Amino acid sequence: MVEESIADLYPEQEMRCPVHLCAGQEAIAVGVCANLKTDDYIMSNHRSHGHYLAKGGDLKAMMAEIYGKATGCCKGKGGSMHLIDLSVNYLGSTPIVGGVIPVATGVAFGIQMRGEDRLAVVFLGDAAAEEGVFSESLNYAALKQLSILYVCENNLYSVYSPLSVRQSDERENLAIAKAYGIYAEKGYGNDVAEVDRIAGKAIEHIRKTGKPAFIEFETYRFREHCGPNYDNTLGYRTEEEYEEWRQKCPLDNYEKKLLEESILNNELIDQYKNEIEQEMKEAVSFAKQSPFPNKQEIYTDLYA
Amino acid sequence: MPSRALSRINRRYIPTFMPREINYAQAILEATDQCLANDPSVYIMGLGVTDPKGVFGTTVGLEKKHGSERVMDMPVAENGMTGIAIGSALVGMRPIMTHQRIDFMLLALDQIINNAAKWHYMFGGKKKIPLVIRLIIGKGWGQGPQHSQSLQALFAHIAGLKVVMPATAYDAKGLMIAAVEDDNPVIFIEHRWLHNVFGPVPEEMYRVEIGKARKIKEGKDLTVVASASMTLEALKASQYLAKDNIDLEIIDLRTIKPLDKNAILESVKKTGRLLVVDGAWKSFGVSAEVIAAVAENGASLLKANPQRVTFPDVPTPTSRALANYYYPRTIDIISAARKMFDLAEITEETVGISNDIPLDVPDKAFTGPF
Repeated sequence: MVEESIADLYPEQEMRCPVHLCAGQEAIAVGVCANLKTDDYIMSNHRSHGHYLAKGGDLKAMMAEIYGKATGCCKGKGGSMHLIDLSVNYLGSTPIVGGVIPVATGVAFGIQMRGEDRLAVVFLGDAAAEEGVFSESLNYAALKQLSILYVCENNLYSVYSPLSVRQSDERENLAIAKAYGIYAEKGYGNDVAEVDRIAGKAIEHIRKTGKPAFIEFETYRFREHCGPNYDNTLGYRTEEEYEEWRQKCPLDNYEKKLLEESILNNELIDQYKNEIEQEMKEAVSFAKQSPFPNKQEIYTDLYA
Repeated sequence: MPSRALSRINRRYIPTFMPREINYAQAILEATDQCLANDPSVYIMGLGVTDPKGVFGTTVGLEKKHGSERVMDMPVAENGMTGIAIGSALVGMRPIMTHQRIDFMLLALDQIINNAAKWHYMFGGKKKIPLVIRLIIGKGWGQGPQHSQSLQALFAHIAGLKVVMPATAYDAKGLMIAAVEDDNPVIFIEHRWLHNVFGPVPEEMYRVEIGKARKIKEGKDLTVVASASMTLEALKASQYLAKDNIDLEIIDLRTIKPLDKNAILESVKKTGRLLVVDGAWKSFGVSAEVIAAVAENGASLLKANPQRVTFPDVPTPTSRALANYYYPRTIDIISAARKMFDLAEITEETVGISNDIPLDVPDKAFTGPF
């Protein structure tokens, strides 16, 4: 609902930064973060609104950041692609593909050196797994037995480039992780219960053994790579493929399942939706009413 | 307290008279040792840190004293490992990362430029990256195009980084301690030929402030701005130029970024002349920045056009027949200075510089004390 609301408001041209919406991929963020404690660190990439919110990141600070306001989580210096909320140990998202993987691995290394009982989680896309630092990080995590969970969200495309032009048919990320001696499992990313189960097992493995784990989920982004619209007309993916995945919407299907199992009823769903809508309205109005950073802020924060 | 290994080295090299003199490599070793002892969040990693040669002697004995959890070798994965150092800094560690050649860490530019340099700024000051990256510049003995680059300008161009380049053993220790204690990423550049240069170094921990140049020689006729090994070349040139009644004032930058413009301007105010000697390529580099700083803030102080002595804008050739003429020599500094006073060009023979030593290994004058 947050992402749809951003998509609705984006044409006002008040949110002047690239937004990479995660509609369609929500179940992975939720299923993984449900297994984490507040103490656990997470880091992510350019498509990170879902990860930030699932970890408990502050919605007002996120919206203000997207609007470029002084009250944003980075004081307007980051934007949608740079989110942070230290109160819930969301350590940061950055948009250089793969760039955050070794940083999160280093967080786990720091945790180990400091003798702390917590773990690090990093979300990465299918393209980030093509970067050299992916392998470099797996190697080090395995060597040092670091408490880190790598979560690959395979949404089949890097911008408009399909897997078929980027990876051999024979390639299997699980096999790569296993080659380093790392626990690995994959599953269907549009079913929050399945994500919860797979992530839960992997996290239990990390907490029990102190060793890293890699999990991968197949999923699909509904909207364009970057921006509020749909981009199927470009022709890089077929309408059929899109419709097929639309039927697999993680929210609609889980709602249906919970209704069938009588865990939820329509009344409750409406109530939740109203609450979220209200929260989002407040966040947007907070963001819109917040002041812009003053121009002297250009020069602050260069050095610590 | 120095470790047993350190004491062994010290006994071998330290003259018995006071003040104590050690060389540049030992100064770095001592600084690292003291930083490790002083703060449990400091650790050092890099290829060869724990091997018997210990990065030209700068890390020898540290593993034994501080343990392999804090003094460690690493996989050959410069970019990933730099990211890992950054991540550890995010949760409170203070890594020192070393590379035996500056050229090797070019693989890590993504992590340095996109992450380390910007993290504090782009997250609105919420997180800092205390990280020291030690880079060693090679020279001579056929090091060639990919083992001897001088890339101080590349790093100095990046907002959010600090870049230091000590010339003396004293500054090597003081700047290393200051860099480790700094809350920002600091690029610490060492010239390989300086490792064996001796100088007085106090035994206790002390800091040399980052961002402050040093007047290494007082003079009145011509300001020479230099750094690292070029500072020593300039000192050598000053002895010959004294015979021409040209009294050099030499400013050793020590820190490339932030550049100490005041120290440069103060000196130019006195001498009215500026010669920049930078051990790097000529175009778009430190020498241009120093001249620009004077042109913007004190062009009226200048009695002559500022000049520079640098490497030519070509990669480093390998053969000594070429490398000998690639690197600026004392005579080049002498000639550039004389030209600024309208004195005729002279040769090494007429000046009396002995040219019978091979020029692709450190010159005997490179021993200090400085």
